[in-house]
Amino acid sequence: MKSEVFPFPARRDSPAIDQSGVEERAQRFCARSLKKESKMSALKLAVSMLDVTTLEGADSVGKVHQMCQKARQPLPGDPSVGPAAAVCVYPRMVSTAVKAVEKSKVRVAAVATQFPSGQMRLKERLAEVRYAVGEGADEIDMVISRGQFLQGEYRAIYEEIIACKEACGKAHLKVILETGELMTYDHVRYASDIAMAAGADFIKTSTGKVPIAATLPVTLVMLQAIEDFHERTGRMVGMKPAGGISNAKLALQYLVMLREILGTKWLTPKWFRFGASSLTNDLLMQIRKQESGHYQSGDYFTQD
Amino acid sequence: MSTSGIPKTYKLFIAGKFPRSESGRITEVRSAQGEFLANASRASRKDFRNSVVAARKAAAGWAKASSYLKGQILYRIAEVLDGRSEQFVKELGARGFSQKKAEADVAEAVDLLVHYAGWTDKYQALFSSVNPVASAHFNFSVPQPSGLVGIIAPRSGSLAALVSAIAPALLGGNALVVLAAQDALSAISFAEVLVSSDVPAGVVNLLTAQRAELVPEFVKHMDVNAVLLCSDDVDERKNAEWQSAENLKRLSLHPDRALARSPYHILDFQEIKTTWHPIGV
Amino acid sequence: MSANDFLAGGFAPAPESSDHFTIKKNYDLYIGGKWTQAAKRFQTSNPATGEVISEVALAGTKEVNLAVKAARKAYDEVWSKMPASERGKYLFRIARLLQERAREFAVTETIDGGKPIRESRDVDVPLAAAHFFYHAGWADKLEYAFPGAKVGPLGVVAQVIPWNFPLLMAAWKIAPALACGNTVVLKPAETTPLTALKLAELFDDAGLPPGVVNIITGAGETGQALVEHPDVNKVAFTGSTAVGKAIRRSVAGTGKKFTLELGGKAANIIFEDAALNEAVEGIVNGIFFNQGHVCCAGSRLFVQESIASQVIKKLQKRMQTLIVGNPLDKNTDIGAINSAEQLQRIKSLVKAGQAEGACLWQAAGGLPRKGNWFKPTLFTDCAQSHRIVQEEIFGPVLAIQTFRTPQEALSKANNTPYGLSGGVWTDKGSKAFKMTTGLNAGVVWANTFNKFDPSSPFGGFKESGIGREGGIHGLSAYCQISH
Repeated sequence: MKSEVFPFPARRDSPAIDQSGVEERAQRFCARSLKKESKMSALKLAVSMLDVTTLEGADSVGKVHQMCQKARQPLPGDPSVGPAAAVCVYPRMVSTAVKAVEKSKVRVAAVATQFPSGQMRLKERLAEVRYAVGEGADEIDMVISRGQFLQGEYRAIYEEIIACKEACGKAHLKVILETGELMTYDHVRYASDIAMAAGADFIKTSTGKVPIAATLPVTLVMLQAIEDFHERTGRMVGMKPAGGISNAKLALQYLVMLREILGTKWLTPKWFRFGASSLTNDLLMQIRKQESGHYQSGDYFTQD
Repeated sequence: MSTSGIPKTYKLFIAGKFPRSESGRITEVRSAQGEFLANASRASRKDFRNSVVAARKAAAGWAKASSYLKGQILYRIAEVLDGRSEQFVKELGARGFSQKKAEADVAEAVDLLVHYAGWTDKYQALFSSVNPVASAHFNFSVPQPSGLVGIIAPRSGSLAALVSAIAPALLGGNALVVLAAQDALSAISFAEVLVSSDVPAGVVNLLTAQRAELVPEFVKHMDVNAVLLCSDDVDERKNAEWQSAENLKRLSLHPDRALARSPYHILDFQEIKTTWHPIGV
Repeated sequence: MSANDFLAGGFAPAPESSDHFTIKKNYDLYIGGKWTQAAKRFQTSNPATGEVISEVALAGTKEVNLAVKAARKAYDEVWSKMPASERGKYLFRIARLLQERAREFAVTETIDGGKPIRESRDVDVPLAAAHFFYHAGWADKLEYAFPGAKVGPLGVVAQVIPWNFPLLMAAWKIAPALACGNTVVLKPAETTPLTALKLAELFDDAGLPPGVVNIITGAGETGQALVEHPDVNKVAFTGSTAVGKAIRRSVAGTGKKFTLELGGKAANIIFEDAALNEAVEGIVNGIFFNQGHVCCAGSRLFVQESIASQVIKKLQKRMQTLIVGNPLDKNTDIGAINSAEQLQRIKSLVKAGQAEGACLWQAAGGLPRKGNWFKPTLFTDCAQSHRIVQEEIFGPVLAIQTFRTPQEALSKANNTPYGLSGGVWTDKGSKAFKMTTGLNAGVVWANTFNKFDPSSPFGGFKESGIGREGGIHGLSAYCQISH
């Protein structure tokens, strides 16, 4: 684990980001057009990259159980679709989820570190990580302390991530930057660089709990950070846009962007995830449409 | 001019100095009554070339000088000229201007300089624009000096006509090479005014020469960016147009008389530059 | 896994449909509102396939005379007498009709000229419509554009346009000319006549009075006859500097006004503090937009020495993802070279670059067998003295040089007879403005490149042309101004 930690990156080592340039470039991916077999394989890939998520106060054993069934078998009767990459739940629901996905490839991710705000002492936040891992979580989605970041305490962010990574043990660590609170692309880029240096396995845009979640341009900035990091260190880091990706068309635009920035090597659930709750059925409807040629109705797709 | 005074030697004005023509050639200038006045230097192609070198050297600095400073210098030219008006009235008189006409001509020259001194920091606002482009860019267009401008002044010996041709291009931040009439003694005296008015050396260079010899040089020289040609000669105009094509020189054709006061004459020796910059954080 | 599979890096073909309109097999000349035949005809073909698309009339002296006569008649009898606000309404209507038929124009442009459909659809056609819309509004407001001066039309305007942006250049030329009260004879380029001819159909639909715009097709001689016609009051030309100089000579002594938009060899300057990823994208847009057939293309790249290897590496990586191929495919980034002649010119300059010792690099991947194609190309180790640095290539070829200080970058950037455009990339505002002020060029992009807008004046310093097009400054090109 220690070997994956790189020196704390100085602010000036992160390149400047030009807002309009990034947004223009992101827009250009939207002009790409996927047809026929390329569309079909991209849709199926997207399903396999889903972190099917429920993060509500109302989450119950029943709700989580049903969601896990959907993750295991997104399109009943068609084993070529799915399973989803993981289910993502609060720590209390980890044991339920672990049981529900038993004997499947679906992994269990838990949000931790006082998700979504992170406003608690590090000691308690790390205890939460250990608890979730102890319950059987394969992956931990942590939040960084945005307040401290915005205060300029960058090194504290670096250190909290290193500490979380250690607390994770064998579990994979996804670091949520909450880009909607960092606001500028410059911040997002620097936070990405800090997270990767501190050993993050994934960097993730959002909690889904603030108004601005994942966007194509912010994801582009993070993908470029991953690209530069890989170029420099040889280490691959995963990417997870989360929140706001609610339809298949948009999901495919993310995949086109991913492929063009990081290459086909990253086109696997090992290195890319979608954090989404309502994307699944739209992907499935599009898959059916591609197969049958008919536009689909929600009545024919399960809502779990 | 005066039997008791010391006759003046009229030379060329290049790089802030008053050299004789390198060719050693002169033109005798006589009064309307045939009285000998002076030997004016007759500039050669090489004198012209040296003037261009001097102007090019001075161009960047003058273009960069603040508009406020340019305005003060133009006003200073007016002050100094006004102080020496008697001398100019005398010189013009010797060349056939009536006393009244000579006085009016000098007064008009002073007025023109005062008028244009006030334009140095205003024409930019008049001829600039902020362009409301459809994308998230700050987009604006501003005039910048053409660079090195050749001025082929009206043939008449009028000082006001000379000033009307020089002032707009000068205040716009261009360095000038001016071709005055061969016998325009007051033009060389005007150069003395420029020297006393803090016009940096090389910013204005002034030649007296035979027009037919030098006009083609002005329009053909590859390092001259623009030319003002005051001419009523159809062939001269046409040839100049033809020859200016070689470096796509900006050629401003004007009748052979004084230019009316207008900021559009400043614009004739400006290039509009448009700048785009994204708006973002 | 097929090559089209997403996981294999492929896109399945995604061609734009072209079954909702037709390109006629024959086009005549549009003179005085009527389709007029000519004795000779010539073919226009698709540079991506070599297939002949259509046959168009070749205007000779006789037809040029007819067109100028029709324009004069329309000027004298209709257009100069019409209230300015009415002129504006025609232009608004044209803008609307163009928006409505946008897809047809985009596909036609791509078939005739070889540019990717993404660009004709997203850039050429919408910008052309925007130009008509923008200038429509000026028609009855010209007196406000020239404070303290009187303004009026010039009369009959002769316009000769190039093949790189056929429809867009037609709009750039026609819209301000009409708004300012002139009538027009326009000659599109020999290899790309179709969208201008379709524009004539659209003028008909807009009810534009006969003769206000006349479109005559042909080659260089047609253009020359038009430019030299004695009853023309103004000449507007976009094209090569060599032809521009010839036109300048031909109008000498005639009293014709003229504007010229000519060649360029723009410097794109990247500093070490620039937003590098965006800068790389800007370099790509700067040189590979429209196959590099762009007069303001950022064809000379100046990279600060400290980041040169990093930038070149990123650039090469990005160039690998550019898709070269069928211009009608929505995913194509780089289309066909406009003509065999142009392809030859690109090839010979690239050869010269290699012979002079510059180091060539091209993206991997094949090219279609039929048609005119050239791979995205860059040269490193270039020097000011190389031909590929001095001459306009007008193709997808970038020449890279390094620099150490801002002064060095500026002096090298300005060390050219051209002065159309330039680019600067830095995160430091004061440096950006120092550089944009110092570049001797008519259009300077800071932290962006190849942006155009009808409200933004475009045009060059030095041998890149005389006059501006677009914005308030473009109006003077089509007005008689008395002050």
